[in-house]
Amino acid sequence: MGARGSHSAVPPDADSIRRETGFSQASLLRLYHRFQALDRDNKGYLSRMDLQQIGALAVNPLGDRIIESFFPDGNHQVDFAGFARVLAHFRPVDEEDPGMQDPKQPEPLNSRMNKLRFAFQLYDLDRDGKISRNEMLQVLRLMVGVQVTEEQLESIADRTVQEADIDGDGAVSFMEFTKSLEKMNIEQKMSIRILK
Amino acid sequence: MLRAALPLLMLPLAAARAAEEPTQEPGVPVFHLSRKVTSLVPESCLLILLGLVLGGIVLAVAKKAEYQLEPGTFFLFLLPPIVLDSGYFMPSRLFFDNLGAILTYAVVGTLWNAFTTGAALWGLQQAGLVASRVQAGLLDFLLFGSLISAVDPVAVLAVFEEVHVNETLFIIVFGESLLNDAVTVVLYKVVKSHLPGIRKEETVWVEKWGLGKAHPGILVLDLKPGDHGRAPPSLSARQQYCQPRKGLGQGHADNPTPPPASLFVVSLGGAAVGLVFAFLLALTTRFTKRVRIIEPLLVFLLAYAAYLTAEMASLSAILAVTMCGLGCKKYVEANISHKSRTAVKYTMKTLASCAETVIFMLLGISAVDSSKWAWDSGLVLGTLIFILFFRALGVVLQTWVLNQFRLVPLDKIDQVVMSYGGLRGAVAFALVILLDRTKVPAKDYFVATTIVVVFFTVIVQGLTIKPLVKWLKVKRSEHHKPTLNQELHEHTFDHILAAVEDVVGHHGYHYWRDRWEQFDKKYLSQLLMRRSAYRIRDQIWDVYYRLNIRDAISFVDQGGHVLSSTGLTLPSMPSRNSVAETSVTNLLRESGSGACLDLQVIDTVRSGRDREDAAMHHLLSGGLYKPRRRYKASCSHHFISEDAQERQDKEVFQQNMKRRLESFKSTKHNICLTKNKPRPHKAGHKKKDGMASVEAINKKPRDLGFQDTAAVILTVESEEEEESNSSETEKEDDEGIIFVARATSEVLQEGKISGSLELCPSPRVIPPSPTCAEKELPWKSGHGDLAVYVSSETTKIVPVDMQMGWNQSISSLESLASPPCTQDPTLTRLPPRQLDVDEPPALLDLSSDPRPTFAFPPSLAKAGRSRSESSADIPQQQELQPLMGHKDRTHLSPGTANSHWCIHFNRGGRL
Repeated sequence: MGARGSHSAVPPDADSIRRETGFSQASLLRLYHRFQALDRDNKGYLSRMDLQQIGALAVNPLGDRIIESFFPDGNHQVDFAGFARVLAHFRPVDEEDPGMQDPKQPEPLNSRMNKLRFAFQLYDLDRDGKISRNEMLQVLRLMVGVQVTEEQLESIADRTVQEADIDGDGAVSFMEFTKSLEKMNIEQKMSIRILK
Repeated sequence: MLRAALPLLMLPLAAARAAEEPTQEPGVPVFHLSRKVTSLVPESCLLILLGLVLGGIVLAVAKKAEYQLEPGTFFLFLLPPIVLDSGYFMPSRLFFDNLGAILTYAVVGTLWNAFTTGAALWGLQQAGLVASRVQAGLLDFLLFGSLISAVDPVAVLAVFEEVHVNETLFIIVFGESLLNDAVTVVLYKVVKSHLPGIRKEETVWVEKWGLGKAHPGILVLDLKPGDHGRAPPSLSARQQYCQPRKGLGQGHADNPTPPPASLFVVSLGGAAVGLVFAFLLALTTRFTKRVRIIEPLLVFLLAYAAYLTAEMASLSAILAVTMCGLGCKKYVEANISHKSRTAVKYTMKTLASCAETVIFMLLGISAVDSSKWAWDSGLVLGTLIFILFFRALGVVLQTWVLNQFRLVPLDKIDQVVMSYGGLRGAVAFALVILLDRTKVPAKDYFVATTIVVVFFTVIVQGLTIKPLVKWLKVKRSEHHKPTLNQELHEHTFDHILAAVEDVVGHHGYHYWRDRWEQFDKKYLSQLLMRRSAYRIRDQIWDVYYRLNIRDAISFVDQGGHVLSSTGLTLPSMPSRNSVAETSVTNLLRESGSGACLDLQVIDTVRSGRDREDAAMHHLLSGGLYKPRRRYKASCSHHFISEDAQERQDKEVFQQNMKRRLESFKSTKHNICLTKNKPRPHKAGHKKKDGMASVEAINKKPRDLGFQDTAAVILTVESEEEEESNSSETEKEDDEGIIFVARATSEVLQEGKISGSLELCPSPRVIPPSPTCAEKELPWKSGHGDLAVYVSSETTKIVPVDMQMGWNQSISSLESLASPPCTQDPTLTRLPPRQLDVDEPPALLDLSSDPRPTFAFPPSLAKAGRSRSESSADIPQQQELQPLMGHKDRTHLSPGTANSHWCIHFNRGGRL
C-alpha cells in the first residue's frame, strides 16, 4: 500500500460516510486504503473488473452475485461511498449504537433487517421481492456443487421453497425469508469483526 | 449381620446400575428413575454420594477401602472413552469458531490458576494460617496448584450437559477443560522435576506420566512406597505387564525435553498424533465396504491406538484422542454404513457414561479411606477460596482481553458461569494420588484437600449451577430441528462473509475456513471418502435427506391409520378393519332384506359386485369386500396362496394348521352329530364312513350330539344365513380378533348348521379369507356364472355340497385310510374347476389344506353348473338336498334370519 502514497490518506466526505455507515474512523480509513488498492487505475471508482480480479472471489460460489450487489441499479461503477455502504451491512451490531435507540434515525445499515435484505438480494435475481423456485434452484446449484443430480437439486429446491412458503404462492417473500431465519443469530452470523 | 449383608446387597445393585446405565441417554443415565431428583441434582453428585455410601459400608465391613480409584486404571481405561466421546461428538464448527477463546482459557487460564493458587497457598502458609504440620515449600504448593488447577472434562461434561447453557458458553468451558489437561500435566511434570531429591526412577515416571499420563507398571512401582503398604492384589502380574514399558519410559527420561519447549511438544505432538490416526482411520473406513461389521471396531481401535501411541511417545494422549475424534468424524461418518454409525454412536456414549459412572463412584469410595489423607482446615479452606477466587479473576481478565477481539463479546453473565463452572474432578484426584510422599511430605494433606475440592466443586457447584443459570437467565441452548432454509442460508452467509473478507482484503477466520473447506472438498474428501459417500456428502443434501426420512417415517405412521380406515392399505391392515366393517355393513344390508334367502342375497351381491368392481376391488372399502371374502375364504386356501404375499399365507397356514388340529376334533364331533341327527342320514352315514374313525376316537361327541341337536335345529332353520354368518364369523375369526367375540352358542350353531361348511371354514376358511378377498379375479370369473345359477335353486344345495365336500376332506385328512372313492372324485374334480381361478396354488394347497379347497369351490361349481355332473358326491348331495330344502323352508323365515343377523350384527358392533 505504500505505493499508493500518492492517494489522499482520507476519503472524500468521510464524515457523511461515517454517519451513514457507522464505521469507525480507523476502519473507514482501512476500507479506503483497500478501495484504493482495488482501484488499480486510480479511476476513483471500482468497476466489476476490479472486484473480479480478487482471486478468492472467483472460487466463491456466490462471488459473482456479491460483486453484483456492489453495483445496484445496473451501474457499472461504485465509488467509495457505495463501497462502504455495502460493506456496512457487515459491521457488527453494537449495542450502544445510538442509531438503534433513535427511532427518527433511519435504520442503520447493519441492522438485522438490512443484513437479511442483503442476503435476500443475492437470491432474488430479478428483484421482484420474491425468491422463486427457479431462483432457489440456481442458488442451490451454486452451493451444492456437482455431486447432486439435477433431479435431486430440484426436489431440494421444491422442498426449500415449500418449507419457507407460508402464504402458498410458491415463492419466498422477504417476510417469509426472515421468518425462516428468525431463530438464527443473524447479527452474529452476518458480521465481520474488523469492520467496526 | 446387617452390616455385613448390606454391602453384599448394595454392590451388585450398584454394579447393575452401572451396567444398565449405558443404555440410557448419556445425560440422564443412572438416576433417571426419579425425574425430580435428577432435575435438581446433577448425576455426578449422586454418583459421588453413592460412592461415598458404598465406600463407607465397605470400609465399615472390611476395615479398609476395597475399591480404589487407581490412576493407572483411570488413565488407561476410564479416561480414553470419555475423551473420545467428547472429541468425536464435539461440534467441530463451534469448536473452531471459538478456538481462540478456548486456547486462551486452556493455556493462559490454567497457568494463571496454577501459579496464583500455588503462590497464594504458600503465602497462606507463610502467614501462619496453615498448620505447621504441613511441610511444604513453594514448589510443593506450586505442584499442588498445578494439579488442582485443571478443570475436569468429566465433571464439566456431566454438569453442563444437563444444564443446557448456550452453545458458545458450553463449548468454551468444555473445550477449555479438554485442552487444559495437557497443560496441567505438563506443568505438573515441570514443577515436579524441580522438586529436590527426586529419584531417577521418579523422574522417569513423572516424565512418562506427564507426557503419556498413565503407565500402570510404572505407576505401581512408584506408588508402592507411598501406598501404605497396601499391595495391589495382582502386583506380580502388573509388574510383569509393566516391565517392558518401564524401560521405554526410562529411555525418555534420559534426555527429557526442556520444560518450556516440552509444553508445546507435548500438546502439539499429541494433537499431531491424533490427526495422523484420524487420517488413518478415515482412510481405513473407506475400504470397509465388504466388511461393514468391523467399522465400529475400527473406530474404537484406532482411536485407542492413538491414545496409546501418544502415551508411548510421551505426548498428550488426551489431546491425541480428542483430535482423532474431532478430525475423523466427518469422513468416518460418511464412509461407514448407517448401522455402523448408530453402533459407534451408542457404543461410544455407553462406554463414556460407563466410565463416568465408575469414576465418580470410585471417587466417592476412595474418599472414605481416611488412612490416605490428613486434614488441615487452613489448607482446605484456603485452597477452596483461592481456586474460586483466582478462577473468577482469571476469567474476568482473560475475557476482557478476549472481548477486544471477539465479534460477540462474552458478557458478565457468561463470565460468572464460566468461573463458577470450573469443576475439578477425577484428573486432579488421580494426579494427587500419584504424588510420592517421600518427595512431597505434605501429600496426605494435599490428598485431603483435593478430595474436598473435588467434592465441593462437583457437589456444591454442580448443585447450584443450574439454579444459578436459571436465575441469571443465561441464554440456554435452543434445540430446533434443522430446516433446509436455515442450512442453505447458513452456507450462504458463510460464503458471503468469506467474499466480503476478500473484498475487504482481510484474511480472517472466514477466509481461512473457506480456504480449508475448498481444500477439504478438493483433496481431502476425495482421498478419504469413498466415491459414493463423497457424492452424497453435502450438508444441504444431508439435511434434505434427513428431513425426507423424517417425513417418510411420520408419513408411514400416519399413513397406517389413514389407509387402514379407508381400507386402502397393506393387506394385513385392511383385512382387520374391513372385516369389522364388512360384517357390520353386510349385516345391515342383509337385515334390511331379511325376507330374502340369505344365500341368494349374498350370492347376488357378490356376483354383481365382482363383475362391476373387479378393477376397483382393492380400492373399495371393506364393506363391499367382505361378502366376497367370506365366500372365497370358505372356498379355498389356494386363492390365498395365489397372492404374492407369502407372509400372510404363512401366518394363515400356521394358524390354520393349529386351529385345524385343535378344532378338528370338536368340529368333527359337531359335524357328525349334526349330520347324523337332523340332516340326511345318508350323507351322515357316508361321512361317517370317513368320520367313523374320528368319532370312534372321540366318544364324547356322541353325548354332546344330543345336547347339540337342539342347537342344530335352530341353526338348520337358516342354513344359508348361517353360512354367510359363519363365513363372516369365520373371517372375523381369521383376523384373529373375532374368536373372542363369538358367542359359544353361535359357534355351536354354526358348527351344527352346516357342519361341514362351518366347521371347516371356521378354522380353515379363516386363513384364506383375507387373501381370498384380495384375489378378486378368480371370484369374478367363477362367480358370475355361479351366482346366476345359484340364486334360484342351489341356495340350499350349496350348503349340502359344502358339507359333503367338507366332511370328506376332513375325513380324508383325519383318517387317511378311511377316505373312500367318494372323496377321490371330488378331489379330482376340484383342481380343474379351480384351475380357472388359480391353478398352481390350488394344487399346492391341496396337499396342505384339502378341506378348504374342497369345501366351497366344488360345491359351488356343482351347484352352478349342474348337480347331475357331480359324480359320486352328487347323488348323495341330491339325496340330501330335499331334506335340507324341507328343513330350510320350514325353518326359513325372515324372523329367524333376522335374529341370526342381529346376533352377528352385535358381534360386529363389538368388534
